[in-house]
Amino acid sequence: MNGGLPRRLLLPLCVILVLLWSLLPILWQVTTSFKPNSELLSLPPLMPASPTFEHYRVIFDEQPFHHVLVNSTVVAFATTLAALGIGSLAAFPLARLPIRGKGTFLGIVLGASMFPAIVTVGPLFVIIRELGLRDTWWALVISHTSFSLPLTIWILTNFMRELPEDLYRASRIDGCTPWQSFYHVFLPLCRPGLAAAAILVFLFSWTEFLFALTFTATEASRTVPVAIALFPGLHEIRWGEMAAASVIVTIPVFLIVGAFHKHIVRGLTVGAVKG
Amino acid sequence: MRCMTETRVGIAFLLPALTVLALVSLYPILALLWLSMRHRVLPFQIDQFIGFDNYALLFVTPRFWNSLTVTGYFAGVSVAIEVILGLGIALLLSHSFKGVGWVRAAVLLPWAIPTVVTAKIWDWMYQPQVGVLNYVLQAMHLTTAPIHWLGSPSLAIHAAIVADVWKTTPFVVILLLAAIAMIPRDLYRAAAIDGASSWHTFWHITLPQLRTILIVVILFRMIDAMRVFDLLFVMTGGGPADMTETLSIYTYKILFQTLQFGYGSAIGVVMFLLVASVSLLQLWIGRNEFRRMIGTQV
Amino acid sequence: MPEVRIEHISKQYGAVSVLQDFSLTIHDGEFFTLLGPSGCGKTTLINLLAGLDELDAGEIYFDDRPISHLSPKDRDIAMVFQSYALYPHKTVFENIAFPLRVNKRSKAHIDSEVRRVASLLRLENLLAKKPAEISGGERQRVALGRALIRQPAAFLMDEPLSNLDAQLRVQTRSEIKKIHRDLKRTTIYVTHDQEEALSLSDRLAVLDRGVIQQVGTPHELYRCPSNLTVARFIGSPQMNLIRGTLISQPEMIVDLGHAHIPLPPKLISTDSSEGKSREVIMGIRPEVIRVQDGETSWKAIVVGVEPVGAHSWAELRWGDHVLRARLSVDVVLVPDQVVGLEIDTNDLHLFDAHSGERLS
Repeated sequence: MNGGLPRRLLLPLCVILVLLWSLLPILWQVTTSFKPNSELLSLPPLMPASPTFEHYRVIFDEQPFHHVLVNSTVVAFATTLAALGIGSLAAFPLARLPIRGKGTFLGIVLGASMFPAIVTVGPLFVIIRELGLRDTWWALVISHTSFSLPLTIWILTNFMRELPEDLYRASRIDGCTPWQSFYHVFLPLCRPGLAAAAILVFLFSWTEFLFALTFTATEASRTVPVAIALFPGLHEIRWGEMAAASVIVTIPVFLIVGAFHKHIVRGLTVGAVKG
Repeated sequence: MRCMTETRVGIAFLLPALTVLALVSLYPILALLWLSMRHRVLPFQIDQFIGFDNYALLFVTPRFWNSLTVTGYFAGVSVAIEVILGLGIALLLSHSFKGVGWVRAAVLLPWAIPTVVTAKIWDWMYQPQVGVLNYVLQAMHLTTAPIHWLGSPSLAIHAAIVADVWKTTPFVVILLLAAIAMIPRDLYRAAAIDGASSWHTFWHITLPQLRTILIVVILFRMIDAMRVFDLLFVMTGGGPADMTETLSIYTYKILFQTLQFGYGSAIGVVMFLLVASVSLLQLWIGRNEFRRMIGTQV
Repeated sequence: MPEVRIEHISKQYGAVSVLQDFSLTIHDGEFFTLLGPSGCGKTTLINLLAGLDELDAGEIYFDDRPISHLSPKDRDIAMVFQSYALYPHKTVFENIAFPLRVNKRSKAHIDSEVRRVASLLRLENLLAKKPAEISGGERQRVALGRALIRQPAAFLMDEPLSNLDAQLRVQTRSEIKKIHRDLKRTTIYVTHDQEEALSLSDRLAVLDRGVIQQVGTPHELYRCPSNLTVARFIGSPQMNLIRGTLISQPEMIVDLGHAHIPLPPKLISTDSSEGKSREVIMGIRPEVIRVQDGETSWKAIVVGVEPVGAHSWAELRWGDHVLRARLSVDVVLVPDQVVGLEIDTNDLHLFDAHSGERLS
């Protein structure tokens, strides 16, 4: 201990600071969601003096928030399914079959993930309007799937590449067609990769804003982030209801991060960090 | 039965992905190029070929140059802060202590929540009269009058950078934490035996070992920050006085608020080229590292 | 149970030609080993036989049926891998059953077949376990079981024993031999271990850089290696190889510099032009060397002795050369001791020093 703060106190102190920095803004939003409107107009009190569920009631009773929640859920699940299905099919030959130009293809996939969404949203809008898909789930599922495909392919290719090469050969000898090798051997074995990809794709779709903003028009397909961004309120901003909506959309995220933290880390770092 | 060659099977497996990527990523890029050479305003049924006139117009429009500056400033400053802060937090959380798993999960939370929610959270905290930030500052007697964080042309972009740093630093932390875990422990033991100070150890062991991942992280973050949309669109809408209007927001407004598809597409093309050249520059700097990542194996 | 005929096949990877105009016939029911150092093309060859890789040219026939256009599943073969390649997510039962499952056989049939194979390989108690929960030797047997259950026309084995420890390797070796004796299926076995090859095979081929050096029974290859490569590869420790000059005067003599070795007339044909000398390499197997205390014409100095139980290995300095000799443990030697050498010249091997081809 060389003067100043003892080293063994320094670590916990820093950890607490980091935790406060990460969590306080979220906690403040939660607090806000339980404050009656009167308490939102002044500070103090910091904590709600008379906590209320009024804001939660309003967004469900007086606004079509349940519609919006259903839209978000359907779109996120459908996107996850589609991206995983298409992505795992693509990852298999990229990881295992002798195809020329695999490296180039993976490079292009990685490049595609770098497109600014705003660049494609204009032409996509035109196509979607022509096809009559505006303001439908389809518009969002298709665009979300396409934008999460590069990440999915990247994660799953890396996972499958780590499986021993002999497993594929053995399955071929055992009488599998390439499809059977894929379905009976590779798919079950890359379950951790599928989980990681599924979680990241779900989170992407659940939180995506630009496509959802552009391709939806009404509550028929509007997702939660758009609903929060375009919160109705002619004269004053309804902070309490917005906070309640924020809390609701964050709860699944919170649960996913809590339960699958390790998968998320694995998915984000696969390929980028290697031993 | 004649065996289908594995190459043909492979292409069959790739087909759905190729189709989707071609239709939803590649085609729009080409369509964008085409649109950018037309004078097309939807509500007036105007649609004609005008070559590079949109681009010519673009380069003499001050608002375009402003959005370019805003984008560059936002991306440069926020990525710099995120990498430094992220490195600090990653080093901190690389220690093992009780509950470190939960702390790591908690740190990840801001990254996972919708950006729209992030924008609303900070918007609410930044409010001049009822925002908690001004309340705390005044309570601690650091300021006397409420500060209009998002209303002031000079402060707004910085307030937005803080929110972006809050949201995306966890991404940096995760990648760095994983990379730190990969550094062979023996290097540290050898350094300890050689009597290296902790600063020395950081500078000569940790940092060089993190070189690859830092290049990757900076690339990913730069690309992401340059196309920033959600946060600023919801928080400031590009205001005040266009001082937070990035290229993405400018493009969006031209496309969907004024419905000038030709001109808006030209901005999009410029933006695409910009992001692509920054990516290529970084890919070139880290070419060895990336070649290893893509790892064409036989 | 086919005859496997490989005719004029070629395979290259990029610019590297692994096999060129390669031909070989493996008889029906034979245990045939491809022996060679790593990179000699033996694994490429087995992959081509299995259909895991495609030929560039030539054809492979099972009996008279060309098969190079068939995918692995249509070739009626089974394969055991060096890494075993067991499916980690399936139980032992499911691993063994997998080839039948993929073939859509009935549940009852699969069940009885798995039991049959499991009892053959003493795996009955492991059927419910996952590969990660069993030992290396047990995994090896599961891999064998997965190959056996198919009752294929031919077995391919790619270094199936090299991940086992020495004791298990010998034990499993005899098990594989017994299975082959019972089933009499054509078996093609790849290894770099000459002892394994000699003990298992009906016939074997020594491969080097994609070229067959010699094909024959273990006995033929040991007794009459047709060139230096085979001589070096077969036998452990290696045959002693000494450079010398073959002189015909007219009796054949090898001049080693420090010693002259008269050759028995039968060893080498005398048609080689009389009076001329040629550079040769003489091979002496360690076990044909004897030592005695008494006077002989050849003297050697003991460098070192390693007793290994049944016999001992001695290193003897003979002129400029160090010979390895296998001696009876009863012969007691100490370093620097001078001994007389006795070599049965009927067991010598002679190779041309330039071409490496056998002369005797």
